Amino acid sequence: MATTSISSDLFENQASRSIDQEDICITCEDFSLSYGTKQALFDINLKIPTNRATAFIGPSGCGKSTLLRCMNRMNDLIDGINISGQMKLHGKDINTRDVNVTELRQQVGMVFQKPNPFPKSIFENVAYGLRLQGITNKTEIEDRVEWSLVNSALWGEVGDRLQDNAFSLSGGQQQRLVIARAIAVRPQVLLLDEPASALDPISTLKIEELIAELKSQYTVVIVTHNMQQAARVSDYTAFLYLGKLIEFGPTNVLFTAPGERQTEDYITGRYG
Amino acid sequence: MTDNKKIGFFQSGTPWVWLNAGAVSISMIMVIGLLVLIAVRGLGHFWPKAIWQIEYEEGGGITTLIGERAKTETVSARQLREAGVKYNFKEEFVERTLLKIGNRDVYGFDFRLTVAPLEKSVSLPEELIVLERTEWGNFYGELVAVKEDGVITQAGVEELWAKLSSRVERVAELRERIGDIEKSEIGAINFKMEKLRLRTRAMELAGRDDAEEQAEIAGTKAQLDADYDALKTRLDVLYADIRRDAVTLRVMTGEEVSINLSKVVKATRPNAMSIPTKIQHYFGNLIDFVSDDPREANTEGGIFPAIFGTVMMVLLMSVIVTPFGVIAAIYLREYAKQGFVTRLVRISVNNLAGVPSIVYGVFGLGFFVYVLGGNIDQLFYPEALPSPTFGSGGLMWASLTLALLTVPVVIVATEEGLARIPRAVREGSLALGATKAETLWRIVIPMASPAMMTGLILAVARAAGEVAPLMLVGAVKLAPSLPLDMNAPFLHLERKFMHLGFHIYDVGFQSPNVEAARPLVYATALILVAVIILLNLSAIYIRNHLREKYRTLEQ
Repeated sequence: MATTSISSDLFENQASRSIDQEDICITCEDFSLSYGTKQALFDINLKIPTNRATAFIGPSGCGKSTLLRCMNRMNDLIDGINISGQMKLHGKDINTRDVNVTELRQQVGMVFQKPNPFPKSIFENVAYGLRLQGITNKTEIEDRVEWSLVNSALWGEVGDRLQDNAFSLSGGQQQRLVIARAIAVRPQVLLLDEPASALDPISTLKIEELIAELKSQYTVVIVTHNMQQAARVSDYTAFLYLGKLIEFGPTNVLFTAPGERQTEDYITGRYG
Repeated sequence: MTDNKKIGFFQSGTPWVWLNAGAVSISMIMVIGLLVLIAVRGLGHFWPKAIWQIEYEEGGGITTLIGERAKTETVSARQLREAGVKYNFKEEFVERTLLKIGNRDVYGFDFRLTVAPLEKSVSLPEELIVLERTEWGNFYGELVAVKEDGVITQAGVEELWAKLSSRVERVAELRERIGDIEKSEIGAINFKMEKLRLRTRAMELAGRDDAEEQAEIAGTKAQLDADYDALKTRLDVLYADIRRDAVTLRVMTGEEVSINLSKVVKATRPNAMSIPTKIQHYFGNLIDFVSDDPREANTEGGIFPAIFGTVMMVLLMSVIVTPFGVIAAIYLREYAKQGFVTRLVRISVNNLAGVPSIVYGVFGLGFFVYVLGGNIDQLFYPEALPSPTFGSGGLMWASLTLALLTVPVVIVATEEGLARIPRAVREGSLALGATKAETLWRIVIPMASPAMMTGLILAVARAAGEVAPLMLVGAVKLAPSLPLDMNAPFLHLERKFMHLGFHIYDVGFQSPNVEAARPLVYATALILVAVIILLNLSAIYIRNHLREKYRTLEQ
């Protein structure tokens, strides 16, 4: 117990050396979370840089998805959750009472593991968030739908059949549609919760290419089981284990010279 | 080896498959058997039946009997002897026929029994005719003369028959015109008169003495009176017209009876009919049955008001029950904190579905009719008191009672539908910045709408077949007018109405002539089943449409 907390401090210092030059978007300060009596996250301290891709890796049940879902307060929906510490977006705590959750979620978009399009047309799926914002101007909605589909590399495939049901698309297309839906509301942050785990290799490749493009405009946080994927798409990587942040640093550093024994064990496939 | 095989057979589950298949087959056979029985008995009633002329040995002599064979059964000779039939039977079993001889006004009874060995000769004379009358049931006899405008024609059968047919047609036309005037035009005047009376009464109650208004009322009243007189004159002419012709028939006793054609609805000569003519008559009878008003304490005529009342009530019930059930289910599933209280509410709701329907009827009568209706009358219709407006059973209270009866079904079905919406879809909407209410309204409810329709289908099926509570809150034997007509405000929720289920009970068990009415019970039951199936099919059609639109759950 004592050793891990010391070592995590150690590596945070090491990581912050390179992260110092970065503009920080999300900051976790001593962030803990428990479901009822079961604690899921222990004193997480983490800084996520703006317009970079940050990956969370770790074995199943280590709390990476939970942490991700805290960043746009999706965990509000679950009863019996207790949090302590702070989660800041641009220096402002998002868990205070005066924060409007719906506004927060418009700034911090999220894409889930399984594609979850709505049972509507392709066009209406992307326009959904815009309509929620109260935009009624038809040309504006059309423009932004097109922009979103172009930026999620889907326009070429669906541009001529926007009125088709979203379920007529393939799994990979559906996932890109969901990403288009998320970026249509112009968020600052995009949270991706294992976005490619339910897809075939070709679709996965497309999603990864998309993430690489998106990170120039958005702060991307991606949870993944696939370490190659983390290594390919992310600039920074955080390794979580049993609810604790073991190591956080630039991806190349973490994968080539991990500072922690546990990290090394995990990325070399000795457990997890 | 054989042992292994035996165990294998049982372990393979084959016996269970057979058991289950057997259970399904038995259920299907029972349902289909029931439907076939109702259909055969109900639909057979409309087929033009042959009229038999039977020379019957009775009391030492021969009598002539004329009538339709209503029912034939085999009984033992001993049973007949004990019942007082004086005849020395050689056979052990004999056929006994229930013969519908009609002519209740002449003989006093319209059915009698005959036994086959005593029927000396039977024939189907073509000249026998049946008159369907507005009162006293059917009339069977042989055509003797037609009296037209005081001139009596006696001629050959064919000539007389042609004459009679055209006269009956003329009478039918006149009757329709009379019905139009009496029902819609005079009905409208009565409706307006009643309104004027209520207005005068309201003025009295309020102590208002407005000479101008009184004059206006008097003026309108005079106008209505004048309208009425004009209609009355027209009616008198029509009535004189309709009573002009008569027909004379010889009945089986040899007596000649004259019947005024104004009392005749239909004249048929079934023995002379070819099969195509019979088919034509069959469908004519069927259409009359579903489109006509009932006659003679519901034992004759059609059941249109009952069909109309049933459909109206079910539709109204659907309109009431859907929002209530859906809103309750959404609150229970989406907003209420899941705990002891919600569990208790859920158990109570489920148990409500098992409460006997008559209990709902009593509740409807006590609460809706007396408390709510009584207070509505006090507040809004004081001028009509002491005669109640909403304070007695009516369409609205019946629909509300049935809505209460079926709301658990809708709640349960909707809750199940809501629970089946994948979490991922809700989260997808919330993650885009939708509030919970927006997510519900735009995503969850549309996706759960097929489940709501399922609930509604079950509710309709239950409500349409329910009779017991309706007897207390508004269904009547004979409603003077439909709940929907051309008099403002068009929809009269306070009116009593007829209902197919109650009609079955009334015709089958409360009618003065049960034997004559029995086929109508089957026919009415058939129509009730058809109405329920139709209502359900339309709901299922809508549900499938919605399912197609929101198909995601299969993913």
